[in-house]
Amino acid sequence: MSAAGDVVDATGAPVVVADESIGDVNWSLWIGAALVGLVAAMALVSFLWTPYDPYFVDVTNRFGGPSPTNLFGTDQFGRDVLSRLMVGARTTLFVGVVSVGVAGVVGTPLGILMGMAPGWLHRVLLRGNDLLLAFPALLLAIMFAAVFGPSTTTAMVAIGIGTIPVFARIARSGTVQVMSSEYVLAARSAGRRGVRLAVRHVVPNIASLLLVQASVSFAIAILAEAALSFLQFGTPAPIPSWGLMLFQAQSVLAVNPGLTVWPGVGIAVAVLGFNLLGDGLRDRFDPRLAGHS
Amino acid sequence: MAYQLLVRTATFVVTVVLASVLVFAFMAILPGSAARVSLGVNATPEAIARVEADFGVDRPLPVQYLDWAGGLPTGDFGTSYVTRRVIGPAIVDRLLVTTWLVGASMVVALVIALPLGTLAAVRHQRPSGTVLAGISQVGVAVPSFLAGLLLIALFAVKLRWLPSGGWTPPARDPVAFLRGLFLPALALGLVQGSVLARYVRSTVLNIQREDFIRTARSKGLRRWQALVRHGLRNAAIPIVTVLGLQLSVLLVGAVVVERVFTVPGLGSLLLDGVANRDLLLVQGVVMVLVVMILGINWAVDVLYTVLDPRLRARA
Repeated sequence: MSAAGDVVDATGAPVVVADESIGDVNWSLWIGAALVGLVAAMALVSFLWTPYDPYFVDVTNRFGGPSPTNLFGTDQFGRDVLSRLMVGARTTLFVGVVSVGVAGVVGTPLGILMGMAPGWLHRVLLRGNDLLLAFPALLLAIMFAAVFGPSTTTAMVAIGIGTIPVFARIARSGTVQVMSSEYVLAARSAGRRGVRLAVRHVVPNIASLLLVQASVSFAIAILAEAALSFLQFGTPAPIPSWGLMLFQAQSVLAVNPGLTVWPGVGIAVAVLGFNLLGDGLRDRFDPRLAGHS
Repeated sequence: MAYQLLVRTATFVVTVVLASVLVFAFMAILPGSAARVSLGVNATPEAIARVEADFGVDRPLPVQYLDWAGGLPTGDFGTSYVTRRVIGPAIVDRLLVTTWLVGASMVVALVIALPLGTLAAVRHQRPSGTVLAGISQVGVAVPSFLAGLLLIALFAVKLRWLPSGGWTPPARDPVAFLRGLFLPALALGLVQGSVLARYVRSTVLNIQREDFIRTARSKGLRRWQALVRHGLRNAAIPIVTVLGLQLSVLLVGAVVVERVFTVPGLGSLLLDGVANRDLLLVQGVVMVLVVMILGINWAVDVLYTVLDPRLRARA
């Protein structure tokens, strides 16, 4: 990988940062935070209240258009789209949190280990990591579904495992940078080594890098979960998930194309939110990175 | 340079072998043998034993691996446990379809990204540049299968200009082939084009600040002339890298888009394999996809070495 060490986006391409901020306001950060907040609020409110039961089938009210009673209309089973959308936000965020959590918790120590390892071991581990990077999260998740059967858990774990090498790579490059600094030299000469050195000096200094990657990886996880549910390898029906809602919308595309709109908007808003948040966080933590790709 | 190319190629070969071990191990170590899976839960132990002997899956794992991996270079992927058909020819057929799709969407992505990204960079201090950058930011957030659904809704359902899916081989009917290829390629290419546009934009932005562009401008060249004559060549290296990475993403994206448009490519084959619990087929397709991704990375590395004289000199 030629772009080793850069934060990568959904494509594996280094994230591009807007280098001109309008005034001094970090627009990416605020818009991103607002969009993520919107999705999170939807998910949280759905625990307490939804307009209707998201599983309630009302055959007398199929393909209902937007109305005061059903704000976003109803689907082919007469279920309320807004209620399903709100509960779907839960699925989306849950999958994101678990898969990014798995990737961060496993990948970060691996990356630090790689960065602190002696030369030859470092090179071997790096090659191994490059090999794992050739298994995209979505492909891995399809393999998991083939073997363990499709479920939300399988999807989360597979996306998480697929993202481990991404975190390992970013933690490694951060660690290499920290290890070559003078304060680490000082700490080492004072006798601090191994885990203590990693916890005291490396982790705090690469934390911001990891946070930015977490935000971007969250967006990738959302896209992967949506694709998996759409392919019916993720969240099983009738549990509301945005990808699954799109799959169900496809079967009635000729009758009612409008059903693709809201789950589509949901996915796009969530992904856009986390991507912008990642960009904004990077500008916030390290303005020098702005404009460099 | 020759030495460097040799090292990269050797690394590539070793990585492919390791990848095949990984893929094989993943599909083999799991609970329940392939025979058990293909026969279902109600199979008798005798039936399972018979099928296992039939497929040779009762042999030790290393022997099975060598048997499977040994066939790969010659295109022998084994015989499916489920359909009892040879897997290799199916993979080759489907690979051709996917190659058309990925190639066409790459063209779409480039046609969108190069002008859009350059324009956004040149106008980056004006509102129009910000709008262009915003559009590509939104485009990145739209999954390609969603773009596909929206394109079907518009061009196939509403306007009835193009088919909503299906596939015609180019040799049979070139016009029907192009009509069928258009929407899936657009769905994949639109999204990748937005991603690429952001990258083109930042590359051009960086290059605009370079001394050689200032020199060219001071010689009296217009901004566009300077960019085209001196900038593009320098922009090529980072953009080639991203194109390579994008190709891998397109390959994975094609898996989903093929399902949307019922295109009989590698992705459809993979998903059918998963649905039928045809593990050997899944194993074969995954291997092909991973080798292609590794191959693209290798090609990018090689191209990088060839394109950048500084890297060449260092070798």
